[in-house]
Amino acid sequence: MHSVVEICLIILFLPLISSTALIFFNKRLPRGGDLLATACIGIPFCLAWYVFYRVIAVGHDPQFLITGAMQWFTIGPGNAGWGFHIDNLTAVMLVVVTTVSFCVHVYSIGYMRGEDYYGRYFSYLSLFSFSMLLLVLCDNLLLLYVSWELVGLSSYLLIGFFFRKHSAADACKKAFITTRVGDVGMFIGLLMIYRQTHTFNYIEVFRGVQEAVQSGAWSETTWTIAGILLFCGAIGKSAQFPLHVWLPDAMEGPTPVSALIHAATMVAAGVYLVGRLYPLFSPDALLFIAYTGLITAFFAATIAITQFDIKRVLAYSTISQLGYMMTALGVGGFAAGLCHLMTHAAFKSLLFLCSGSVIHAAHTQDMREMGSLHKKMPVTFWTMLIGAAAISGVPLFSGFYSKDAILASALGFGMEHPNHRIIFIGLLIGAGITGFYMFRLIFMTFFRAPADDHRYRHAHESPRIMTGPLVVLAILSAGAGWFALGEHGWFERLVVPYSVGTAGVAPAAVEADGHSAHNIAMILSIVMAGAGILISAVFYYWKTCSAERWAKALGPIYRLVYNKYYIDELYKKTAVGGTLIAMRILAVFDRVVIDGLVNFSAYFVRAWSYISGAFDLHVVDGAVNGLAWGTRLVGTISTLFQSGVVQNYIMKVVAIVAFILLFQNILTTFL
Amino acid sequence: MMLQPTLSHYLVVSSCLFVLGLFILVTRRHAVRLLMGIELILNAANINLVAFNHYTATGLDGHVFAIFVMILAACEAAVALAIILAIYQQYANIDIDRMNSMRE
Amino acid sequence: MDEWLSSLVFWTLAAVIVGSALITAFARTLVYAGFALLFTFLGVMGLYLYLAADFLGIAQLVIYVGGILVLLLFGVMFTQGGGLMKQPGRGAIQIPSAVMAVGMAFVVLLHVVLYTPWPVMAVERAAEPTTRTIGTLLLTKYLLPFEVASVLLLMALVGAVVLARREAKEQK
Repeated sequence: MHSVVEICLIILFLPLISSTALIFFNKRLPRGGDLLATACIGIPFCLAWYVFYRVIAVGHDPQFLITGAMQWFTIGPGNAGWGFHIDNLTAVMLVVVTTVSFCVHVYSIGYMRGEDYYGRYFSYLSLFSFSMLLLVLCDNLLLLYVSWELVGLSSYLLIGFFFRKHSAADACKKAFITTRVGDVGMFIGLLMIYRQTHTFNYIEVFRGVQEAVQSGAWSETTWTIAGILLFCGAIGKSAQFPLHVWLPDAMEGPTPVSALIHAATMVAAGVYLVGRLYPLFSPDALLFIAYTGLITAFFAATIAITQFDIKRVLAYSTISQLGYMMTALGVGGFAAGLCHLMTHAAFKSLLFLCSGSVIHAAHTQDMREMGSLHKKMPVTFWTMLIGAAAISGVPLFSGFYSKDAILASALGFGMEHPNHRIIFIGLLIGAGITGFYMFRLIFMTFFRAPADDHRYRHAHESPRIMTGPLVVLAILSAGAGWFALGEHGWFERLVVPYSVGTAGVAPAAVEADGHSAHNIAMILSIVMAGAGILISAVFYYWKTCSAERWAKALGPIYRLVYNKYYIDELYKKTAVGGTLIAMRILAVFDRVVIDGLVNFSAYFVRAWSYISGAFDLHVVDGAVNGLAWGTRLVGTISTLFQSGVVQNYIMKVVAIVAFILLFQNILTTFL
Repeated sequence: MMLQPTLSHYLVVSSCLFVLGLFILVTRRHAVRLLMGIELILNAANINLVAFNHYTATGLDGHVFAIFVMILAACEAAVALAIILAIYQQYANIDIDRMNSMRE
Repeated sequence: MDEWLSSLVFWTLAAVIVGSALITAFARTLVYAGFALLFTFLGVMGLYLYLAADFLGIAQLVIYVGGILVLLLFGVMFTQGGGLMKQPGRGAIQIPSAVMAVGMAFVVLLHVVLYTPWPVMAVERAAEPTTRTIGTLLLTKYLLPFEVASVLLLMALVGAVVLARREAKEQK
């Protein structure tokens, strides 16, 4: 099996090579280097399927694991390495990442044609593919963190790709900074674990944490806190409540990017993180994850109902589906959550690429201005219908299997812990809402009388190079679930958490319950999805009820949801506003204290001048000079700290460092 | 005997050089003088490398590092002087306080 | 007697180095500073030789005295005067506070130097030629850094030429 490692090396580094080549030479290469970039992901795409075939179909071993590491550097008692950790989950993720990435590369050739910085776009895409593959392949927490930040960087670059547009420039900053908030938590968690175990390697960390908990070096609470801190990274990256605000704004990026990064792969990295580090989460931490996921799933779904921007609907739907995956992992449905990751990657990237095709044709993102496009764009329509059916959980499509598995594990968990039944109920209602908003999107976009005649007449099917990837992804989203989870499903058997003896909720027990709960969950989910689709048809296809009138009747609630629960505004008021208030206090300090000093000296001098000025004109002169002197003194003192002269800064650095060392070394020596 | 040079003596000499270089770096405004300060600092580092190598190590790795430092110093001096000349041509002065047109 | 002589050499060198560095720091004109720097470099070279680092001593002479110092003096000549202007307010505060900051740094350094138990070897090293060993090290253990350094030198060369050429174009 050694060749697997070498193949993985090729898979990993080809995108890096193409990214580096493109960033320097994109103007020299034919066609901006897009073919090079596509080839450099096409080869890994084939190789990843080959690895998948070798590992899953031929190997078929739940305990399958290849690791290999090189020393990187040593810190104190531990060291960090470069290395691979290849197991069944890795094989699945490799296929997911390379497939979606390859489809998006091909699609982008059509979608981005004629844009400025075309070559640079492909360079960024390749950079993203590399970082995502590194994230999937690496064998230790440090490398995970590095690639975690690398995908964040490429996401930043790609969201801000249309950097001349003000909203895009704002959105990329927002995405980067918001995810950083979570990453800080993750980094602290990582250091906590390192401090205890003196290693970053997954397997050693799992073992070390288990020993720490068993020996009592770590209390249950510490274990939970470490888990939740790690999960903070996932909250940021996977856009979970309350750090979800960046994802809808990230839709400012080019649509293929949204499909690749903000639907299929990067946002799922948080789910992957939880899955990969599953043994590090205590039962309480898993419960926290489950509830975070539940809140996210439910409330993002409600927002999706009210939006009119086609990409924003899909964005909120992504957040909601990620919530599903988190919940599944939280309640012990390990395979269910990760399988949903896989199927979701297929159908959500499909939906995004379809919406890109629609936007390409209609030149608008507002669904109210579309309509009747199904005659004009048959391929896009049918593929998007497949995607919508898959995400809504229509039987036989992939989403049905994975969502069904999630609901089953939630129900099983609810049976075991009656206090947490709400998880199942929430998810079930969420499933209905999913059907509703997805088919609302389909009906508004493809049926309905055309709202804008001019747009309608100019709409046309996208070129082959764009519809090709749609068809491929449609086949995958129709069939993936069947072949992974259906009758002969390998997923539940092969993708199991790394076992060190103590996994959070003992997934095996839940699994058993899950099977008995399976049928109930399946029937309920079909009913809910059907109801959702039916209601949306009533509103938007047959128009028996008017959506506007209902919106008006529900007035305040509708406005609350339409404005995304005012969370953006809340952040603006608290985080941004808080900074502004602090600035204002400093400004007041400047005005009152510093200006006060100036004014005081002025008043003082003026008073003095009144007294003596009557007698002697020279004293007035003195007063003027004194005023100038006082002002300059204050000015000199205050500029001392903010001179903008580099040398002053060097001096301050020297002084402060020396001062600290002086205290630390000398005083401790002599005292 | 106190007068016999030991490792500490070398280190004290290099500390003096370092501190004087730092002083030049912080107070002087003529760019060429700043370069001289940097050279003093690099020389201080080199003395340290050689002295440590002489007193505490068996190989000659310290010497090799000192050579790398010299290479670096040569590069830095060449490029910095080219920049200084270019700036002098442009603005007819090399007061680093006034090299701030990128700041505003 | 011999010991006494060698100590005398060291103290002379140290005095030359520190004294000329002081002149470099405080000299009014740049030309004085440059010539003082020459003596600093020569003193450092002496220290190298004294420490049995013959190759480094020669390298110091060739690179610093022959190369860098000449470059610096060229810089001084080309930018004669330098267009420095008196600025109110700055110099007055700068120098005392710089003396304080740098003095603190010096105290810290002295403390570290004097109070750290350095792992000094008991046996005095024999003075033997170092060139062969350094050459072997550069081409074996440090081959990669050596090559990288050569690329760096090339880049600095090209960079300096590019900067100088642009300036020549503007003169026309």
